[in-house]
Amino acid sequence: MSVNYEQSFNGPMIQFDNVVKRFGQLTVLEDLNFDVAPGEFVTLIGPSGSGKTTILRLLMTLEKLTEGTIYVGGEPLSHLHKDDKLVEANEKHLREARKKIGMVFQQFNLFPNMKVLRNITEAPVRSLGRSRDEAEKRGSELLEMVGLSDKVDAHPSQLSGGQQQRVAIARALAMEPKVLLLDEVTSALDPELVTGVLHLLKEIAETTDITFLCVTHEMQFARDVSDRVMMFDSGHVIEDAHPDKLFTDPDPDPDPDHERTREFLHAVLDRG
Amino acid sequence: MVWDRGAVSDSFPLLLAGLVVTLEITVLGSLLAYVLGLVFALIRRLRVPVLNQAVYLFVEFIRSTPLLVQVFVFFWVLQPAVGLPISAFASGVIVIGVHYACYTSEVYRAGIEAIPQGQWEAATALNLPRTRVWSGVILPQSVPRVVPALGNYTISMFKETPLLLAIGVQDLLNRAKEYGAETFSVTEAYTMAGAFFLVISYVASLLVRRLESRVGQL
Amino acid sequence: MSENFGVIFSSILDGLTTTIWATLGGIALTIVLAFAAGLGMLSRWLAVRWLARIYVEVFRGTSEVVQLFWIFFVLPLLVGFRLVPLFAGILVLGLNHGAYGGEIVRGAVQSVPKAQHEGAIACNFSPAQRMFRVILPQAVVEMMPPFGPDIMVIYGVELAFYLVLAILITIVMRALESAGAKRIGRMPPPRTKFLAKTQGGGV
Ligand SMILES: Nc1ncnc2c1ncn2[C@@H]1O[C@H](COP(=O)(O)OP(=O)(O)OP(=O)(O)O)[C@@H](O)[C@H]1O
Ligand SMILES: [Mg+2]
Repeated sequence: MSVNYEQSFNGPMIQFDNVVKRFGQLTVLEDLNFDVAPGEFVTLIGPSGSGKTTILRLLMTLEKLTEGTIYVGGEPLSHLHKDDKLVEANEKHLREARKKIGMVFQQFNLFPNMKVLRNITEAPVRSLGRSRDEAEKRGSELLEMVGLSDKVDAHPSQLSGGQQQRVAIARALAMEPKVLLLDEVTSALDPELVTGVLHLLKEIAETTDITFLCVTHEMQFARDVSDRVMMFDSGHVIEDAHPDKLFTDPDPDPDPDHERTREFLHAVLDRG
Repeated sequence: MVWDRGAVSDSFPLLLAGLVVTLEITVLGSLLAYVLGLVFALIRRLRVPVLNQAVYLFVEFIRSTPLLVQVFVFFWVLQPAVGLPISAFASGVIVIGVHYACYTSEVYRAGIEAIPQGQWEAATALNLPRTRVWSGVILPQSVPRVVPALGNYTISMFKETPLLLAIGVQDLLNRAKEYGAETFSVTEAYTMAGAFFLVISYVASLLVRRLESRVGQL
Repeated sequence: MSENFGVIFSSILDGLTTTIWATLGGIALTIVLAFAAGLGMLSRWLAVRWLARIYVEVFRGTSEVVQLFWIFFVLPLLVGFRLVPLFAGILVLGLNHGAYGGEIVRGAVQSVPKAQHEGAIACNFSPAQRMFRVILPQAVVEMMPPFGPDIMVIYGVELAFYLVLAILITIVMRALESAGAKRIGRMPPPRTKFLAKTQGGGV
């Protein structure tokens, strides 16, 4: 998938600027800087507890930054410009900012009190101000795309994990996000259901110009769809490369960071 | 002392009239407790300034004083002091409803807290407005779960309404007392009053148990 | 009403020591009844199970206030003497809470894993030994939250409350009666000693 230069904004779609995140005493992210270009598919890998989920949650404004700034589409995400300074954003600004970002969760988090189609139409109706008819028409199309046309009137509890996750993907797409965040979206699925969901994501990545930030342990998938893979450890980016290079680089490299990446990949790939 | 069957059939209409009053108070008091309890729970949860602290203190106060004392203070002290002519019946509904609202608010609070964090996060990720998160996602999931607990409080309330005899409400117990005083058939009157309570609260608790098992499958 | 407040106040103070003793008695009664009912509901004998079940349902299902009236006004007709209000209160409290407690005891005993029963059988304990040496000590831990130390305080408060309740109900009924009597042109009944009889000569 190539970078899409036709967008009106031609800076990075996502920019982390000296981002620090602490939970009490624990520093999870320390002076983190990285960019993601519009339309790029970036995969985050790294050991457990290295802060991958935290990065996605910061982008979704589910967590508050400790220091630094995140820009999405050139706009500060959780800050407001005020007299040349950045101040913490109010709910109104956050609601505007969240329009650009969608997220698919590890545990699906569908609303059990709503039928499948209703789950998908909530965001367009309540956040984008679409009419219900319009939202339902689009919702049915999305359901068809994820292969669940027959489940329009089902309740989430009547679906398998893989089906629920596909509904969750359709739900996130329905809000027409510029950025889509995927946090281990296949980890809660039975092995035989994983491939279907990954196929779907690959198709979406290839046919839309959505910017993806994805955390996954599916290395083959990461390799297939990513434009870039970033390896994290203890809150730092220790590798940032094209997947082919990162996964296959045969050169013995004296760099200790690279050594850590290799160890990590060995561990992950052996397990898989 | 013998059991007088005549007194049973003789007192029945009077006791039935009393039972209707008791049930009216229970139903109206429950409605008040359900609605006000939810309002209390939302004020606490949303940390509405000032009201939050006020509700906290009020709930703690009500929960630590006996209902009877509240009934007395409201009817004999508060109500005359304000000068509003509220009938004993209405006073009973208000005091019992408000009293139980302080308990149902805890039920709602627990019901809201039982909603998994992921539901809040998904709602945020979908950029739903605050009001819609509550009305579309959180309350529709928490309210059905708390229905059995609310039902249990209604049963408790039903069994506590005879306290309102203290302010002269013409409830079931008061009618039994009245009948006993007039005819000296005290045994029959009070025993029948007890039987009415037993039958209704037993049937109601069976219903609540069925609700519980249905909610358990949610 | 107002001349009665002094009386209420002094009788509450008078009753304080009695209340404390009564509290302890009430707790003892509750615990005994709760265990009897709880174990009774798990008995091997159908009759015992039914008896315990009926006790529990009757005392949970009929209003506590109605029970108080019943013990206070009907029981004297059956046994020939009237209980001091405080003891009527304690009796109702013990019977009523014993019924609720019975459910707690039953639930706790049933929550002890089956393996513990089987283990005790394997140790060749008698049924009584199984219950008292193996099952109950574990079940008691389960009962602790509802029967916690707070219960003492709650009991004290409630008993005091019952004392007040008994007094207040009597006063109010008198007031209502005399008000009603005045309205229909009868003389109010002569004031008798506090809490003696409330029904006039007929009872
Ligand atoms: N709400 C929180 N409060 C305190 N500490 C937290 C919180 N959320 C995350 N952490 C800590 O932050 C660190 C990073 O967590 P994070 O979930 O981002 O890791 P991760 O890279 O996604 O790991 P995994 O691969 O296991 O999902 C961990 O040490 C975690 O314990
Ligand atoms: Mg994670």
